[in-house]
Amino acid sequence: MKILVAIKPVPNPDEKVKIKGDGSGIVLENIKMVVNPFCEIAVEEALRIREKLTGEVVVVTVGPKVGEQQVRTALAMGADRAVLVEAGADLDSLAVAKVLAKVVADEQAELVLMGKQSVDDDNNQVGQILAAVLGWPQATFASKVELAADNKKANVTREVDGGLETIEVGLPAVVTTDLRLNEPRYASLPGIMKAKKKELKVVPLASLGVDTAPRVKVLSYFAPKLRAGGGRVADVAELMSKLKNEAKVL
Amino acid sequence: MADILVVVEHQEGVFKKTTLSTISAAKQLSALTGGAVDALVMGIGIASVAFTVAEYGIRLVLVAESPSLGTYTAEAFAAAVAQVVKEKGYGAVFAPASTFGKDFMPRLSGLLDAPLASDIVGLEKDGDALRVKRPMYAGNAIGTVALSGSPLLFTVRQTAFDSATTSGVKATVVGTTVTVDAGRTAFLSRQETKSERPELTEARVIVSAGRGIKAQENFKMVEELADLLNAAIGASRAAVDAGWAPNDWQVGQTGKIVAPELYVALGISGAIQHLAGMKDSKVIVAINKDEEAPIFQVADYGLVADLFKAVPELIAELKKSFVATV
Repeated sequence: MKILVAIKPVPNPDEKVKIKGDGSGIVLENIKMVVNPFCEIAVEEALRIREKLTGEVVVVTVGPKVGEQQVRTALAMGADRAVLVEAGADLDSLAVAKVLAKVVADEQAELVLMGKQSVDDDNNQVGQILAAVLGWPQATFASKVELAADNKKANVTREVDGGLETIEVGLPAVVTTDLRLNEPRYASLPGIMKAKKKELKVVPLASLGVDTAPRVKVLSYFAPKLRAGGGRVADVAELMSKLKNEAKVL
Repeated sequence: MADILVVVEHQEGVFKKTTLSTISAAKQLSALTGGAVDALVMGIGIASVAFTVAEYGIRLVLVAESPSLGTYTAEAFAAAVAQVVKEKGYGAVFAPASTFGKDFMPRLSGLLDAPLASDIVGLEKDGDALRVKRPMYAGNAIGTVALSGSPLLFTVRQTAFDSATTSGVKATVVGTTVTVDAGRTAFLSRQETKSERPELTEARVIVSAGRGIKAQENFKMVEELADLLNAAIGASRAAVDAGWAPNDWQVGQTGKIVAPELYVALGISGAIQHLAGMKDSKVIVAINKDEEAPIFQVADYGLVADLFKAVPELIAELKKSFVATV
């Protein structure tokens, strides 16, 4: 099975971001970029499917050339080859989805796996838009993916408000991953060595002929109001008294 | 501007309150740009949902009943909304930023080639231009966003808008015809997390536990405390990943966003991703034995203590105080 995995480089999610003084963006100098955690889960799932069925795992990213590093990480995990569509960092979800649709068609992928959201923009949109543009079914927030024996369908368990839901989607389809789908492997040293030799095709955005004019544009960023926390109580008795008499929530 | 459509969330014919904050957001847009607010209910056996929605000060409730909408799938629902929007010429569509809205709204964006702002927390005007506020980077930045194209699509963060209130005037309920097939998606089953407690996103009090709770059986203590406070139970990612708590209890950036009057964090370190889901709570209590835990930076009342000692003490105190007040 040919599986396409879309990934996105994001600033290390364990570091708190800083906003530029003029509000024009996020400070990215000296911030480590990593593969978006949900995308790593998507890569892992694709590798597991390939290990069972054979086939090919192609990693795709849309963005600046520096993203090559994170693409290499996915190759080091075990993906077969990669496509980097070189574009600005500011494409919106509609534009990214249309670019991906073009790549999916060129590659004739039978399944697209991607993270449910990137932890920088927190949009949670591209997979669903891509499915619509391709006219494919979608299964978002996946915590379990089981392919039917004939590879024509997949049963996907989804993490939804109130519990879990299982749906059947005909393939080809777009599946977006949630946290409990799997635990991604680390790239091994031989994996990292091999990744250096794997094919990474750089495609200029303009060559795809996709309309990427921005429809959703972030004009400025500001920091939310900070909470004045840090209060302490010595023991349970003081906590009870404060909750009753000061906060008046009991 | 053209009229505004709210897509109503329900669970097999049971109205969900997520829709009420969504109606409020739609009314805010209407106040800024004009246009009437209508609602769309899709499914089968949805009359009671339609008549409930009609109470909340809107113009029309459109009811799309069709067997292919009997159980929710993104494929059928997005196609149905797209049809209604095109036919009636709506200029904006709102849905809650629940797993329902997050699933089908981007698909609608793709079908209509229309801009979508996710998880919005505010709407305003800058001169004649509409501006939207939405959290990014786990809530550590708020973006001011401009949309271009039509219709404008929004999913609404429930905690950022007050619930709409009933108006005393009933909206007209009318049927509308949609012809969609289920496509290549079939609903198979649903595994509901059963609970007698209030829903996480609606509770006045939440008791939440993390890695420090150490084992599933220790959630009994959490449940006892929650029952005394009439609270919902939440969990950090660590507790859900460990299998101690169901997925839909997870509070955080990619789980549930909550803002109760009282949030009690037990054995939760306070990772950025968790704080993103609860830092707008009115009062935060944290009990953790690690005095360096970042959760203390947002807590109003931090108690550095072993939770296996402190929580039973707290339970005993609460029981005593309830006896005293009765």
